[in-house]
Amino acid sequence: MTTVRLIGAGSTKDKRVFRIPPALVAYLQAVPLTAILGFFFALPILMIVTVSFWDYDFAGLYPDFIMLNYEEVLGSWVTWKTYLNTLKYMAMVWVLTLVIGFWVAYFLAFHIRTTTMQMVLFLVCTVPFLTSNIIRMISWIPVLGRNGLVNQGLVGLGIVPQPVEWLLYSDFAVVLAMVHLYTLFMVTPIFNTLMRIDRSLFEAARDAGASSAQILWNVVIPLAKPGIAIGTIFVVTLVMADFSTVQVMSGGQSASVALMMKNQMSLLQYPAAAANAVVLLVLVLFMVAAILRVVDIRKEL
Amino acid sequence: MAHDKRPLEFYILAAFFALFVLFLYGPLSAVLILSFQGPEGGLTFPLNGVSLHWFGNLFEKQAVGDFGAAFRRSFALGAMVMVVTVLVSLLAGLAFRRRFLGSNGLFYLTVASLVVPSIIISLGIGVVFQQLGLKPAWYSSGFGAHLTWTLPFGVLIMFAVFNRFSPAYEEAARDLGASSWQTFRHVVLPMIAPSLVGVGLFGFTLSYDEFARTLMTSGTYNTLPLEIYGMTTNVTTPVLYALGTVTTLFSFTVILATLGIILMLRRRQAKVS
Repeated sequence: MTTVRLIGAGSTKDKRVFRIPPALVAYLQAVPLTAILGFFFALPILMIVTVSFWDYDFAGLYPDFIMLNYEEVLGSWVTWKTYLNTLKYMAMVWVLTLVIGFWVAYFLAFHIRTTTMQMVLFLVCTVPFLTSNIIRMISWIPVLGRNGLVNQGLVGLGIVPQPVEWLLYSDFAVVLAMVHLYTLFMVTPIFNTLMRIDRSLFEAARDAGASSAQILWNVVIPLAKPGIAIGTIFVVTLVMADFSTVQVMSGGQSASVALMMKNQMSLLQYPAAAANAVVLLVLVLFMVAAILRVVDIRKEL
Repeated sequence: MAHDKRPLEFYILAAFFALFVLFLYGPLSAVLILSFQGPEGGLTFPLNGVSLHWFGNLFEKQAVGDFGAAFRRSFALGAMVMVVTVLVSLLAGLAFRRRFLGSNGLFYLTVASLVVPSIIISLGIGVVFQQLGLKPAWYSSGFGAHLTWTLPFGVLIMFAVFNRFSPAYEEAARDLGASSWQTFRHVVLPMIAPSLVGVGLFGFTLSYDEFARTLMTSGTYNTLPLEIYGMTTNVTTPVLYALGTVTTLFSFTVILATLGIILMLRRRQAKVS
């Protein structure tokens, strides 16, 4: 380059004298992300691990190295019950979002013929997920409540003699609201992988004599696995972290791990909450690692 | 798939899809309708007259706390988060196009930030600020907490965008004598602009609706979602629905405006090429 310029019109004095070496550019570009995640994510996690070994009383926290917080967390059978309850929600919500999400994505990907229509219907599904979660939770109250729409309908039609009580403020309501809140996190990644399936595979399978069910089971589902895995990561981590849905929809009658932590935090029992957080974190990361064995997300993006 | 007659499967799935849409929008529309409840009406149907009573109630401070101030804070925070998310995600997306030492580590740190339960991050930032002797506030600790949620989305979107981005365009620009800034400004940026607007939308709406991460980090002054969360336990009048209607309509406006901008950018690009 330099020689060309020397031979040329003598414009050796390029305006930009200072030039960042290309190898350094990537590092500079990565600095803001690293700094923000370092200070607001990595450091807080390290801090939680540290604090989980500290001592505390009503007045403050005392740096120490005690196992008491963990003994209290793992030794109490309330904790175990709460973890089991959270895992129960997770399993139910996962199955429901997977089934609903898969068929919604399947319909959008394979039965809608124009791209425009596909995008419009996809947006119709997406828009509610960009609005407030709490409002979407509250919106079940007039539907499921004692005098809500469902009960009015059931009583009006004479199906039940009196309003059904367990529709709102129950495990049913918690799972329903979670499915309502989190299904899109399943739809989007599955839709994405389904759209990338080469349609000629279907013809090949059909020519080879496969029935629709066989195509679904042997072609579509295996190829949709990465999408299902990513959706599962979202749903699993969102349900494991949830406290507001459980609190609002169960009317305070059920507990989840995060809700237990939140209560400890409001009592300023930070080391206890931190020990709980570490246990929850290990559990969630273990689940995510297990799912990541199925799929390499870097390749799927 | 190009048969004229739709298979039976189509009708079953179409009915299923319609039910799903009803499931998504049904409850929301119940809130929308009930927010116009008459002054004597309650939290459930039937409507006891139609009025704007509860919308008026919204602006009386004693009824719902200071809703206006909470809205302004959430709006400002959303805007801050949006700008930073777009810039940082764009830079990180550019960085990830090259292999650099630690790129894998940074990628997994980003993914981890997405999967670690919000309440843990909230607690962690709260404790860090407490130990450093800093006062938590929505514009400092709350701001950082929101970024740990919006940045992974932004970075992953940019990652996906650049995975599909052919370097041929840049090579062509460079061959024509463009500097690297000119290549970026006149070639790369116009092509990725719609995605950047999308990242901005995610940044704003995720922050505007976020509250698990704000719980321990907002300091003295509540953001709007925290205000609403507080109301769920102690407000028993349709003023809650009025607030829901107002914020939902606001979200819809933001989404529609963004889609408009994306369509406009796409059209302009189509005209150029």
